[in-house]
Amino acid sequence: MNNGAGRRINGGAEEDDDEDDVNGDLDAWERTYTDERSWESLQEDESGMLRPIDNQALYHSQYRRRLRSLLSTAARIQKGLIRYLYIVIDLSRAASEMDFRPSRIAVIAKHVETFIREFFYQNPLSQVGIVTIKDGVAHCLTDIGGSPESHINALMKKLECSGDSSLQNALDLVDGYLNQIPSYGHREVLILYSALSTCDPGDIMDTIQKCRKSKIRCSVIGLAAEMFICKHLCQETGGTYSVALDESHFKELILEHAPPPPAIAEFAVANLIKMGFPQRAAEGSISICSCHKEAKVGAGYTCPRCKARACELPTECCVCGLTLVSSPHLARSYHHLFPIAPFDEVTSSHLNNPNCKLQRNCFGCQQSLLDPGNKPGPAVVCPKCKWYFCLDCDIYIHESLHNCPGCDSLRHS
Amino acid sequence: MASAPSKLYADDVSLVVVLLDTNPFFWSSSSLSFSQFLSHVLAFLNAILTLNQLNQVVVIATGYNSCDYVFDSSSDLNRSFENGRMPVMCSSLLQKLEEFLIKDEQLSKEEPEGKIKSSLFSGSLSMALCCILSGVLMLPYFFDILTDIQRVFRSGALHPHPRGSPDGPEQYVAIMNAIFSAQRSSVPIDSCYLGSQNSAFLQQASYITGGVHHKPQNLDGLFQYLMTIFATDLHSRSFIHLPKPVGVDFRASSVFGQAQSEAASASDKKRKTPET
Repeated sequence: MNNGAGRRINGGAEEDDDEDDVNGDLDAWERTYTDERSWESLQEDESGMLRPIDNQALYHSQYRRRLRSLLSTAARIQKGLIRYLYIVIDLSRAASEMDFRPSRIAVIAKHVETFIREFFYQNPLSQVGIVTIKDGVAHCLTDIGGSPESHINALMKKLECSGDSSLQNALDLVDGYLNQIPSYGHREVLILYSALSTCDPGDIMDTIQKCRKSKIRCSVIGLAAEMFICKHLCQETGGTYSVALDESHFKELILEHAPPPPAIAEFAVANLIKMGFPQRAAEGSISICSCHKEAKVGAGYTCPRCKARACELPTECCVCGLTLVSSPHLARSYHHLFPIAPFDEVTSSHLNNPNCKLQRNCFGCQQSLLDPGNKPGPAVVCPKCKWYFCLDCDIYIHESLHNCPGCDSLRHS
Repeated sequence: MASAPSKLYADDVSLVVVLLDTNPFFWSSSSLSFSQFLSHVLAFLNAILTLNQLNQVVVIATGYNSCDYVFDSSSDLNRSFENGRMPVMCSSLLQKLEEFLIKDEQLSKEEPEGKIKSSLFSGSLSMALCCILSGVLMLPYFFDILTDIQRVFRSGALHPHPRGSPDGPEQYVAIMNAIFSAQRSSVPIDSCYLGSQNSAFLQQASYITGGVHHKPQNLDGLFQYLMTIFATDLHSRSFIHLPKPVGVDFRASSVFGQAQSEAASASDKKRKTPET
């Protein structure tokens, strides 16, 4: 950089400031090249091909830290699996700020779409509704429902931002809707707040107390700075408040709300709920569909009580009001209630112990557990069945599969 | 609920993982003998390897007390040519299978009568999914090589059926977890059922993941069923018409392992406090 060179020539008195000035003149992307020379950490293996930079171990240790923090609380907690969640999106002037690229609202919309899909994947029996705040007024964008596509399509059409934001109006609206749902459902609100102020018609503290009495759990993710009123709201209702630092942090924060939260003890009363398990009709059958009010061929579900046809599950039968689910929907939630225990790391002292006969291959994928130099590589062990697994299998088992292959492979373990 | 969406495949290379059921309680009372069955399956595996040079086959044996890998076509030992009376592939598979069966038998303990003699399907399914998917999740820069090789998981899970239900209800949660993981990663599960009644687990597995479920009528022609239905790679499935299921049984009887009335009412299991 010319300026930097010029200043260096100019004199010793400015030498302490040189470093900062030189770096201060560089853009952020240039600074990463002067500070961290990532090309120097590349290595070649014996045949001359580039060896991949080992960020796998780093990823794995981050993953295990996260897992341990999640499971550090008691292993079996009662969780609310039938959730009715309202997502409140702030469409005020502040949401069009461009500190998140390309704008806050674009980032919010993108991640809300991912969140809705993940939410329905992990909680198939739950329902979502979207509320927007614009010009100080709260509107209900979509009614509470169980189909992800309808919510996402409606959201993507209405992303214009203007006016002020009003937290009290949003909470009043959501409170009105959530009071109508049955008592076995868990009521939640997730507010994505970009503004730094709120214009309320009355006393927001009363509204917060009203939400608390209605057992609504409010959580807020802020995109600007931390606000007292959001923190107070979350504390009173038992939700979580977090402020996003950048886009990837925001994605992490919003996806934390996808798995079911622990249920608040005095609110969660055990009940029996009547549910129907319809059978799927054969391919060629013709019947009149109750949701579209027209004749359809094949591929529908018949309500076991009134024999009306529904197009997709889970849903409520239009004729008799019975909740219709299929057993895979219930099964999808089991891993929240019966989580798999985290695997223990195999300590290096154990690996180097010559008396202990080490398993050569990972039990799950049969890849070798030894390094190219024939030394024992990193491995983890299941505390119940004592089989060794490689790091890839460990991550896959805990994030996606939720079964230990070793424990399931032995009948009398 | 919707079944798995179809993906676009550009090539017809596939990795087939076959789960063989070796439950002795079934094979001792089946009309097809285990050795005849094995000859059909070995011919089928050879055929898959012949269809494309890059195809790979992995076989996992599902026993009554344990599960284990018995064959992997990509390992170096199996690449040499014919040796004597039968190809190396067959002899190594048979030898490993025999070792597995001996070990499996040694592990059995006294069981009370009347218990459902089901195989450990959940264990072998979990192992198979680890084998396919654990490598793919972590190495994004190898993905360019892998796009040509679609990871296809096909379970030739030949489920037994003695008297009673073939699906062990104690494995329900584990099997469903494995099925959802396969659905998420677009790995189809095909199933070929040889017993006399229906297996709700296999039907659901194939339906949810987008695979094919079939129950051959004539067991003497098993090889033909395997070749025409189960040897098709994923690319060809977009234009080959494969048998569709008549109706998939999603009822709660699969959860509770016993017959339920039609107007089923399930207590909401999630609402009860789980045992600590």
